[in-house]
Amino acid sequence: MKIQSDARYAKSDEWVRVEGGVAFVGVSDYAQGKLGDVVFVGDISVGSTLKAGDLLTSVESVKAASDVYTPVSGKVLEVNHEVTAKPELLNSDAFGAGWLAKIELSNPDELNGLMSATDYAEYRKE
Amino acid sequence: MTLFEKSVAGRSAFSFGFEEDRAVAERYVPEFARAAVKPLPQVAELDLVRHFTNLATMNYGVDTGFYPLGSCTMKYNPKINERMAADPRLTVRHPLDNATDNQGILQMEFELKECLQEITGMDDFTLQPACGAHGELAGMLIIHAYMRDHDAKRTKVLIPDSAHGTNPASATMAGFQVVTVPSNERGGVDMDALDKLMDDTVAAIMLTNPNTVGLFEENITQIAELVHARGGLLYYDGANLNALMGLIRPGDLGFDVVHLNLHKTFSTPHGGGGPGAAPVGVKKFLADYLPIPVVVCRDGQYALDENRPHTIGRMSGFYGNTAVLARAYVYIKMMGRDGLLATSRAAVINANYVKALLSPYFPPAYDRPVMHETVLSAKGYDKYGVTLLDIAKRLMDYGYHPPTIYFPHFPPYAEEVMMVEPTESESKETMDSFCDALIKISQEAKENPDLLLSAPHDTVVTRVNETYAARHLVTSHRDKKGT
Repeated sequence: MKIQSDARYAKSDEWVRVEGGVAFVGVSDYAQGKLGDVVFVGDISVGSTLKAGDLLTSVESVKAASDVYTPVSGKVLEVNHEVTAKPELLNSDAFGAGWLAKIELSNPDELNGLMSATDYAEYRKE
Repeated sequence: MTLFEKSVAGRSAFSFGFEEDRAVAERYVPEFARAAVKPLPQVAELDLVRHFTNLATMNYGVDTGFYPLGSCTMKYNPKINERMAADPRLTVRHPLDNATDNQGILQMEFELKECLQEITGMDDFTLQPACGAHGELAGMLIIHAYMRDHDAKRTKVLIPDSAHGTNPASATMAGFQVVTVPSNERGGVDMDALDKLMDDTVAAIMLTNPNTVGLFEENITQIAELVHARGGLLYYDGANLNALMGLIRPGDLGFDVVHLNLHKTFSTPHGGGGPGAAPVGVKKFLADYLPIPVVVCRDGQYALDENRPHTIGRMSGFYGNTAVLARAYVYIKMMGRDGLLATSRAAVINANYVKALLSPYFPPAYDRPVMHETVLSAKGYDKYGVTLLDIAKRLMDYGYHPPTIYFPHFPPYAEEVMMVEPTESESKETMDSFCDALIKISQEAKENPDLLLSAPHDTVVTRVNETYAARHLVTSHRDKKGT
C-alpha cells in the first residue's frame, strides 16, 4: 500500500493535497486496491459547490460500484478528464494521474480534521 | 458464429411470400409496400435447427445443474407452471375483451391476490408491477402519495446499508431523499442509529427480512414500534420471503406495504430481460392509493375497479403480466398451505446445512444461524495468490454455477465473500457433492493455485478478460463482413 506523505486522508479513503490554495482530491491507493480494476469513473460537475462529506462521484470496478465523497468543502474548479477516459489511471497512480477533482477550499480548517499520512497508515494497517 | 454469418443467398427454411405480399400491398396500401426484403439470414431449416440446438447446449440453468446463486433464489420452476400458462383458455384471451368474457382470467388474478394476502397478511394487492424494482417504485409512490395527503413534511426514507441497490434507487425515483442506516455487528439494523434518524421528516423505512445478508432482522418488532410511534411507515422488500412462508407474515410484523418478487419465491421464470411480476400489497388505509385497475369481486362477478380517487395511476398496461401471474397462481395452488410452509423450512435448513459443511474452509461472515442463504468468506486465500473470483471460476470445472461473489456489498468495498443459496429444491446428495467440490478447490488453492488462476478449463467459454470487456464496451454486434 502506497501512502502519499503530503496528503491528508478521510476515513472513507479519499485523499486531499493542497497546492497553491487549490485542493486536489482523489481516492487512496488502499482504496483502489480494495476496489480492484476500475472500469468507470462517474461525472463530476464543474462549478458545483460541495460540503465535506457530500457525494463527489462514484467509481465502478469489476466487482462493484462505490461512492466517493469529498473530504473538503468548496467549489469544483476542474475535473480530471484523463481519468474518466482511462479509469485504469486510478489503479496505476491513485495519488498522481488518478486525481479526480480540483476544489477551491471554502474552509481550509477542515484539513486539520483529516488524518495525516502517518495516522492513515496506522488506520489502514492490515 | 451467428446465424447471419451462416447465411448463403438463396437458401431458405421458410417462405414469407414476399413478392405476393408486395403485389397485394402495392394494390391496396402502396405506402406500406416495401422496396426490398430486409437482409434476414438465409439458411436451410436443418442449419437453423442445429444452430439453436447447439446454442441451447451451451446454456446452463437450474434444469441442467445446481445453481446456488445467492440472493437470486434460483429454485426449480415446476413444469406444470408452463403447461398451465400455455393453456389456450389463457393465451387466446385479449385484454381488451370485456370483463364478462374474461371472467376466468380475472378470477385467477383475484384468487392469486387472495392467496398473496393470506401469505403476507396484507389487505389488498395490485398485480400490475412488471418486476421487483418496478414493485418497489409502486410501493414508494403509494407512500409518497399518502404522505403528500397526510404529512407532507415527511420527505425522507431510511434504508439499511445492507439493502439491495434497487431500494435507494426506487425511493429516489419516487421523490424521496434517502438516508442510510448503518448495520450493527450482528448484521441487523443499528437501533441507536435508527433512534437518532427516525424523526418527523421520515416517511418510511425500507427493510428486507431476512435481510440482504441472509439474517433474520431480530429487532423487527422494536423497529416497527419505533417507526410507527414516530409517524413513519414500514416497507417490506419481499425479495427474501422464500424463508418465511407460513412461518411469519410481514403484515403481522407491522409492515404497511410489501412487494413480492414472483420469480424468486413463487417459481416464475427468472428475468433475462423477459416479463416479470412483482405484486404490491398494502394495508387497508393505503388501498385507495393502489394503481388502477384493481381486480375485485362483486356479487360473484369479477371486475376491474378503476374508481380509486387517490390512485397513483397505472404502473403498466392492462392487468400486468398475466402469463407470469398464472405460473405463480399454479405454484401456490399446487403447493398449498402445508407445501409452502415445508418449502420455507427446507430452504432454511438447506442453507444452514451448506454453511455447516463449508464453515471450516470458508468461515461465515456472521456467527449465527442463517435463514435461506449464507455468506461465506474466502479472505485467507490471498496468501496463495488466489482470489474468490478464481475459486468461483474453478467451481465451473466441477459443473456448478458459482454462487454470488463479492456480494453482499459491505460498504464501502466489495469484500471476498460469496453468498450461497441452495434453495429448497436441492437434495442432500447435490449439496454434499457441491460442498465436496468447494472443499477440494480449497485444497487446490494451496497445492496448485495455477489450476484456479487459469480456470475454467472445461467450459464452452474459458476465462474472459472482464476488465478489458468493461473498459472497452461493445454494445452492438458486427459480423466479419462488417455489416
